[in-house]
Amino acid sequence: MSLTLTAMSDSAVTSGQQQWSGSGPPPRPSRGPYISAITNRTTNLGIRGAMLFSVGVFLALVLNLLQVQRNVTLFPPDVISSIFSSAWWVPPCCGTASAIIGLLYPCIDSRLGEPHKFKREWSSVMRCVAVFVGINHASAKVDFANNVQLSLTLAALSIGLWWTFDRSRSGFGLGVSIALLATLATQLLVYNGVFHYQGLQYTSPDFLYIRSWLPCIFFAGVITMGNIGRQLALYEYKFIQEKTHQD
Amino acid sequence: MTLREQLREKISAAFYRHGLLCASYPVPIILFTSASILTCCYPLLRLPLPGTGPVEFTTGVRDYSVPSHEPQGDLGERPDWYRGPPVAYIQQVLVKAAVSPWDSSLVTVDVFRSPLSRAFSLLEEIRNHVHSDSSGIRSLETLCLQVTGLFPGLRRMQSVLPEHGCLLVSPGNYWQNQRELFDSDPDLLKTIQKHEPKGLHTSATLRDLLFGVPGKYTGVSHYNRKRVVTYTITLVLSSYDARFLGSLRARLKQLHPSANCSLRDDHMVHVHFKEEIGIAELIPLVTTYIILFAYIYFSTRKIDMVKSKWGLALAAVVTVLSSLLMSVGLCTLFGLTPTLNGGEIFPYLVVVIGLENVLVLTKSVVSTPVDLEVKLRIAQGLSNESWSIMKNMATELCIILIGYFTLVPAIQEFCLFAVVGLVSDFFLQMFFFTTVLSIDIRRMELADLNRRLPAEAGLPPPKPGPLRPREVPPPPRPSPHTITLQTPAFRNLRLPKRLRVVYFLARTRLAQRIIMVGTVIWIGILVYTDPAGIRTYLAAQVSEQSPLGDPGGGGLPPHLGVAPVFRGGDPTSTLSIHPAPDPTPLPENQSQGHHGSARAGPLPQAPPAVPQITWGAEDEEGWRRLSFRHWPSLFSYYNITLAKRYISILPVIPVTVHVSPQEAIETRHPQDTRHPPPPIPKVSADLQTDLTLYKVAALGLAAGVLLVLLLFCLYRVLCPRNYGQNGVAHGRRRRGDLPCDDYGYSPPVSEISPLLLRGHSMDIECLASDGMLLASCCLAGQIRVWDAQTERHNIDFVGGATEPECLGSEARGPSVSGDGLSEEEDSYPLRHRTAPARPTLFTDQPDLTPLIDTNFTSQPPSHLSTPPREGFDFGGLVERAYIEHEPPSNSTYPSPSSASSSPPSGATADWESSVWAMELRGNLIAAGRSSGKLELWDAVEGSLRCSNEDGVSGITALAFLNNRIVAARLNGSLDFFTVEINKPLCLLQYRGAPGRGSMPPSPCYSSEDVISCQLTRSVQCAHQKPITVLRAAAGRVVTGSQDHTVRIYRLEDSCCLFTLQGHSGGITAIYIDQTMVLASGGQDGAICLWDVLTGSRVSHVYGHRGDVTSLVCTTSCVISSGLDDLICIWDRSTGIKLYSIQQEVGCGASLGVISESLLVTGGQGCVSFWDLNFGDLLQTVYLGQSSDGQGVRQLLVLDNAAIVCDFGSELSLVYVPSVLEKLD
Repeated sequence: MSLTLTAMSDSAVTSGQQQWSGSGPPPRPSRGPYISAITNRTTNLGIRGAMLFSVGVFLALVLNLLQVQRNVTLFPPDVISSIFSSAWWVPPCCGTASAIIGLLYPCIDSRLGEPHKFKREWSSVMRCVAVFVGINHASAKVDFANNVQLSLTLAALSIGLWWTFDRSRSGFGLGVSIALLATLATQLLVYNGVFHYQGLQYTSPDFLYIRSWLPCIFFAGVITMGNIGRQLALYEYKFIQEKTHQD
Repeated sequence: MTLREQLREKISAAFYRHGLLCASYPVPIILFTSASILTCCYPLLRLPLPGTGPVEFTTGVRDYSVPSHEPQGDLGERPDWYRGPPVAYIQQVLVKAAVSPWDSSLVTVDVFRSPLSRAFSLLEEIRNHVHSDSSGIRSLETLCLQVTGLFPGLRRMQSVLPEHGCLLVSPGNYWQNQRELFDSDPDLLKTIQKHEPKGLHTSATLRDLLFGVPGKYTGVSHYNRKRVVTYTITLVLSSYDARFLGSLRARLKQLHPSANCSLRDDHMVHVHFKEEIGIAELIPLVTTYIILFAYIYFSTRKIDMVKSKWGLALAAVVTVLSSLLMSVGLCTLFGLTPTLNGGEIFPYLVVVIGLENVLVLTKSVVSTPVDLEVKLRIAQGLSNESWSIMKNMATELCIILIGYFTLVPAIQEFCLFAVVGLVSDFFLQMFFFTTVLSIDIRRMELADLNRRLPAEAGLPPPKPGPLRPREVPPPPRPSPHTITLQTPAFRNLRLPKRLRVVYFLARTRLAQRIIMVGTVIWIGILVYTDPAGIRTYLAAQVSEQSPLGDPGGGGLPPHLGVAPVFRGGDPTSTLSIHPAPDPTPLPENQSQGHHGSARAGPLPQAPPAVPQITWGAEDEEGWRRLSFRHWPSLFSYYNITLAKRYISILPVIPVTVHVSPQEAIETRHPQDTRHPPPPIPKVSADLQTDLTLYKVAALGLAAGVLLVLLLFCLYRVLCPRNYGQNGVAHGRRRRGDLPCDDYGYSPPVSEISPLLLRGHSMDIECLASDGMLLASCCLAGQIRVWDAQTERHNIDFVGGATEPECLGSEARGPSVSGDGLSEEEDSYPLRHRTAPARPTLFTDQPDLTPLIDTNFTSQPPSHLSTPPREGFDFGGLVERAYIEHEPPSNSTYPSPSSASSSPPSGATADWESSVWAMELRGNLIAAGRSSGKLELWDAVEGSLRCSNEDGVSGITALAFLNNRIVAARLNGSLDFFTVEINKPLCLLQYRGAPGRGSMPPSPCYSSEDVISCQLTRSVQCAHQKPITVLRAAAGRVVTGSQDHTVRIYRLEDSCCLFTLQGHSGGITAIYIDQTMVLASGGQDGAICLWDVLTGSRVSHVYGHRGDVTSLVCTTSCVISSGLDDLICIWDRSTGIKLYSIQQEVGCGASLGVISESLLVTGGQGCVSFWDLNFGDLLQTVYLGQSSDGQGVRQLLVLDNAAIVCDFGSELSLVYVPSVLEKLD
């Protein structure tokens, strides 16, 4: 999915570059605006952020749909509206959060001076995303005996995700703290009645159910987005380096 | 030895043996594996095929009993969903009604008005039927499915469908089951049509629901030529009561006997419906599959260095998929029926099982030495990775076991599948994939062999004659030890993603193919699912074919054909027709006893002209012609889902109704006759439905074309028109040093071949070059000077005129050199080809020759030996010369040349001590000896020009810059020498030419100059401990010592500027260049970057475990190598490690940067070229025949992108043509 996104943005920019260079003589023929744009640190940050944002929005929509299915019988009255059944600001919020997290992880890595080297390749990132979607799937589709069981299972799965794909202390700390913060924020919103989850008025069992999986899902999401962010950052470094070689 | 190690050894040995086995018998093993896969997948045949279509199961009516919930022992052919009571029993009463005999005075509306009106009386009859026996009185009300309310979203259906009470559906529902409304309805068709949805629809329409037969067969239209109206009254029952239904059946048959009906009524069909997948469920599913494919793509992309990448990738995917199938099959075999939705969990299973092991195996096998036998390679590769594979598998099994103890049934089932899948995956990896890999490797070796053969075949006549014309490009030097390597581990570092995507698209034509496949699938789905589409059309065609197919022939429509033969087989249906229903409910015994009511129909059997009501086999299960969503949608209106449940459809009750023309006229609405009979159009009703089909097809086609166009436009917008050729940057890189091999741009690989310079008897200790001359010194104390580094002297070189001038204590026989030269001869044409042309500068060259000649004349003839195999002449431009310089100390006669050039009196060479350091500038070689003596030699003549014995401590490092020599000594002191030249004027005039031509920037010392070397300053305690590194550049001298400090001196005044402290170990490597960049590496594995101007530390990074052995900088990055065999590439400005390259154990520590993006490293008997941008191994050049050999300890990069490195006692010169090309 991120491959597709990358491809889309990449080719879009490429075609833009072509048009641009066709319209007028470029001031520096040796490199197009794409190269100079991507090597610019802020632009590069922006591109990364935008990618992460779109990934976050997409995942939020898809995973929301998974959760919606749990409450719907066979015939959803309208599919399109069920995609956007939650409040309109939820996907952008998720996107922003994932962009921030995805940028924060490589930043913290470089600050701590311990670059993340564990399984730094796209296949591993894809695996991580798949497992994350799987955790969501399990939380939505599998019937658990009680909420404690659900919580424990999801927690074990999330820790497993971290151990399989991250294994860095900074990642764990950041994941736990962000998950706790996000859960707290959601709970506050719910208590104040601002945000009815997925637009449904819920009864207290629903509420408990949501509360039991929310932190684990948040944690797994943070780990996943961090993984993607790190991979993207690695790729940007390479680009910067290549540019300096070409100069 | 611990238990762990024992285990490890055993596992490794077992894997080794297994690898040998697999590689030895590939075909039997593959056969065996395929057989076992098929065996394990055999139980899958019993599983139903995936799909959303309903599944049927037929049982007899007589001995029917509601199936129990518990699975019974004798499952037999009973499907596993056939458990418990069905959602409902469907009883259809199929009514065929016709006005008979047909009267020409009747209008078209009469065809269906009065037959439809019979529905109301039938309904009445059914509703009021009561069956009473000993167990009580049962009516329809007690048995039928009571519905409570319509689905909230269906307000428009409210008036038509029953909202509460019995679910009983008939065409009468259009008029709320009230005869009065029907009678007062002026236009029946309009009422029916009113409820039809607009536009295309894919599920059952209301008309289908109410009529119970597809709209085409109802006959309710103005164009019904057959004049038979068909509809059903559908009863939905919640419980099954055979007696009630039997009495109802008998009652209806009694009232409306079907004369020629032979429908079987002893089978009931149970229809099981799958879960319908809505878009809401489809999107996450599609997402997981996309992620899965991305994962597979990114994984298999790493497979490299094999003969067929795609073949191996396919094998990997096959391995994973068939292991999944095997796991499902095995689970089914042992009675575990999968309850999970296979499509949903499949991607997760693949991700859990993973492709990692397969990739690790491939990587491990291809990284074994290529010259081994295939069997051994496979075995070694397997055993190398055996431990990690076993460990990973144990870990995964543990994780899955933990999952098994969550005690959630779904997760447990998933885990069970995963465990079996993992084990079978392991089995397949070991047997299937390993064997495929061995076959692939063998194929690759064969291909290599084939490729190499022509080159070697062209070799045997290397010297057709001494006058071989230069223009003929001979076959390239056989390079049995030159292979092109690419490490798979760094594949992901390679091209930027954008290019990769573009290449991928270009290579596979992916976009076009996806568009094509997508369009085809989409149109297929459209055609398949539409009720008016091809499927029903085909079904109709088939049913029409059966009786008699001549549609154009007579007045009879082809639909049911003429089958007027009264079959009369059914003894119960021989009664005459009842004209009107009996409104009074009959008691049970009456319904059985009255075989024929007294009132006979007013009409006898119809004359031949009457519309024939025939009952065919297709009426037996008329519901089959309905859309398969018919029943789910009917139930869904009452919010009852049929997903994963079943309904039982009882045999239909046939009812034949004949209406007399009088009755038809009576039931007419006044407006019916007012409508003139519409002109019968040329098109029949069938054609009309055909029109819908054509409309659908045309619309689908148009939409498909539109979609293709749209996607094509998108594609053109998004993808560049010329793949990969946009922008100068890419083109440049492609032509240059970066071979984009797997994208079809093959690199100039085979041109790099090493050139061995032989002559030293022992291992080479020091190497020095000033860009033009190359000096080497071996352990024996022998210094040899080689020429032809620069491009201008290339022809010299090519012609074999690499001039080895032996300056040494031991007189080496010329034959040794001759061997080296003859070796070079062979390679001459290659040289010539790579750097053709330019003989202009050789006007300088003859000057050298007389000089050498004069030297030779003064020497004993034995030393003047011309090499016997000097089989070439190149117009006298180039001559080979050997100078055997016998040093005075152990030569019986003094060297005339050195005597004539008036060396300083004290300049006697010291042959006892070894040379520890050597530098070369211009014509002067500075050699520092272990005795502390500094000697200056003339590089051209081989004469000792001066020596200095001021210090006694051994010189560990030398720097020679401008006219200053800096010597670092073992005791930590640093001596600055100044070289002074006194040129005798008389000699200058004819000695000017060679020096002037050779190298303007560096000082040139002619042999007649009087050279003196004086100690200008000695810094006694520059360091507390021995100085290990000394570098000089840009007017600075930098020393690194074992006392953990780095010092910077100014060269002019030998003044210490800074002492840099920051390392916690001895300094082992220093780099400084003209741009004043200083990098230092120490034994602590740290690398510091310093600002030379201020002495401040710019960055400090830890990159190595163990010493940093070598440091090189480019303008953008710092490259370091360490004792841990790691090469790290750091960003120079930020100090961030970009990536690191893990080399083989025991590789050399030498590094060199050829250009900004080409790194060369020395290894065990080879040098490797790396692309700095991406960390890719471009090429490995093996230096000698035996790769076991010595490591390359020193490596010098010359100006013309040639590389000189030591290789035991030989020097190896590797020329990198691709870089030259770039420099051009």
